Amino acid sequence: MRDVIALCAELFPKGHDVHIDGDRVVGTGQAAAGTIAVVGTHNHAAIGADLAFALATDVLAVIEDHPGRPILMLVDTQGQKLSRRDEMLGNPGYLAHLGKCFEVARKRGHKLLALVYGEAVSGGFLALGMTADTAYATPDAQVRVMALPAMSRITQIPVDRLEELCRTSPIFGPGAEHYEKLGAIEGLWKADLAKLLEAALASPTQGDMRRKLGHERGGRTSAHVVVERILAAP
Amino acid sequence: MSASTPFAGFLEATARQRVRRFFDAGTVHEWLGPADRVTSPHLPALGMPVAFDDGVMVGRALLGGHDVFFASEEPEFMGGSVGEVHGAKLTGLLLRAARDKPKGVVLLLDTGGVRLHEANAGLIAISEIQRAVFAARAAGVPVIVVSAGVNGCYGGLGIVARGCDWIVMTEEGRLSVSGPEVIEAQKGVEEFDARDRALVWRTMGGKHRYLLGEADALVADTFEALREGVIPFLGRSRPIDLESVKAEHAALGRRLQRFGAAKDSLDIWGGLGVKHPAEVPMLSPEAFVAIAQPVREHADA
Repeated sequence: MRDVIALCAELFPKGHDVHIDGDRVVGTGQAAAGTIAVVGTHNHAAIGADLAFALATDVLAVIEDHPGRPILMLVDTQGQKLSRRDEMLGNPGYLAHLGKCFEVARKRGHKLLALVYGEAVSGGFLALGMTADTAYATPDAQVRVMALPAMSRITQIPVDRLEELCRTSPIFGPGAEHYEKLGAIEGLWKADLAKLLEAALASPTQGDMRRKLGHERGGRTSAHVVVERILAAP
Repeated sequence: MSASTPFAGFLEATARQRVRRFFDAGTVHEWLGPADRVTSPHLPALGMPVAFDDGVMVGRALLGGHDVFFASEEPEFMGGSVGEVHGAKLTGLLLRAARDKPKGVVLLLDTGGVRLHEANAGLIAISEIQRAVFAARAAGVPVIVVSAGVNGCYGGLGIVARGCDWIVMTEEGRLSVSGPEVIEAQKGVEEFDARDRALVWRTMGGKHRYLLGEADALVADTFEALREGVIPFLGRSRPIDLESVKAEHAALGRRLQRFGAAKDSLDIWGGLGVKHPAEVPMLSPEAFVAIAQPVREHADA
């Protein structure tokens, strides 16, 4: 597994003070554009009510103390925390709250980037990572809804059949490259991470380009067309 | 089918029956309906049947005389799950609402979340729906979720629902991210006994969500009650800005402090000041709201 502090050293050769606090990764890094805020998770953290709340606290601190500062989400999450206690406390509300905090940051001019360097799964990825303007991944990142054996159990489709389908379609199986083809991952960061980060920081922020990108890349052929048809329908 | 009582409540009705009964008679106009046959491009490869609306009906209608946009998920088609087309219909509807500014968008959600047969496309679609909800809200159009269906509102759409302006629930409609079966399968029956329906309802059901402040209205499972629950929220958009997320942050922090160590929802209800928590599940919606309304928490203050 990639060490997140070593990753930050690669991302920020000019220096950083990113540190680990429980499941969170927090701090700042120096880039050509100035100071970048880092908000993230490590150790495949499961995001429950407490962690979502703590991450939201980090995001709000950036908004209030450093208006306009770009935010880099460093993503390593096994998904939402599977626990009766967290659902009882209202995990949808906590995860949505984190998403709203990022949305407020976006509206107030903070550029939002995400780098998936570990795992990015389901509800965890929805709240942290897919809430960015643009998301990237390292090639070894595990991006998924669920692993194929579990999917096989639930869908009653044999694993070897699913593996076969994965070779021809990015829809079913885990993998950062699949999410790239589908438009949710802008690109894979293989080497020279600092240079790639600088380029990402310098690129203009557009709206939600994912379905258009997925269409252009041939990974999702329906989403963009259906949205346009709904917009144009009499 | 007789016009009298082929289906009494919302819970047991199909997506199309719900739309017919929920909105003003004769005002429903659908976009990309079954005649257009926009179906899942992925299910045939798996040998699965498709639906001509991919399990969701979207369009515009009047509700109590007000212009609204609507979506209604079909509970019987793959558990109301979100595939690529299903999700794009919801995203398109919300972006259209941001452009055309109806009095509100009413989402009749009844879903387990991501359609696992279209796993990656479903998850991305849900993120796109979330962004489109924010676009509608930024345009001043309130997005109102109704969770009153057999599947409840789970998975990523549970998160999306809490990103909307208002949530109207029945006791039977549940709202959560992970469902009881998923938690039991992954963490064991001692963590969550999914067959214990009373436990499911008091952990994820409408009454608990209303008391916590996760839902804004709790009504009976009738079309009349649900309409009356939704109509007051039309035209009432809530901003997402620094002030509103800070208020929510304070409320959610308070909830963790007050109830983070609670073992069961009954402890939370008692802690809120409900005098006889054990009786809550037996109360009618009206009797429940009468005792819950004065003591319930709010997620935004």
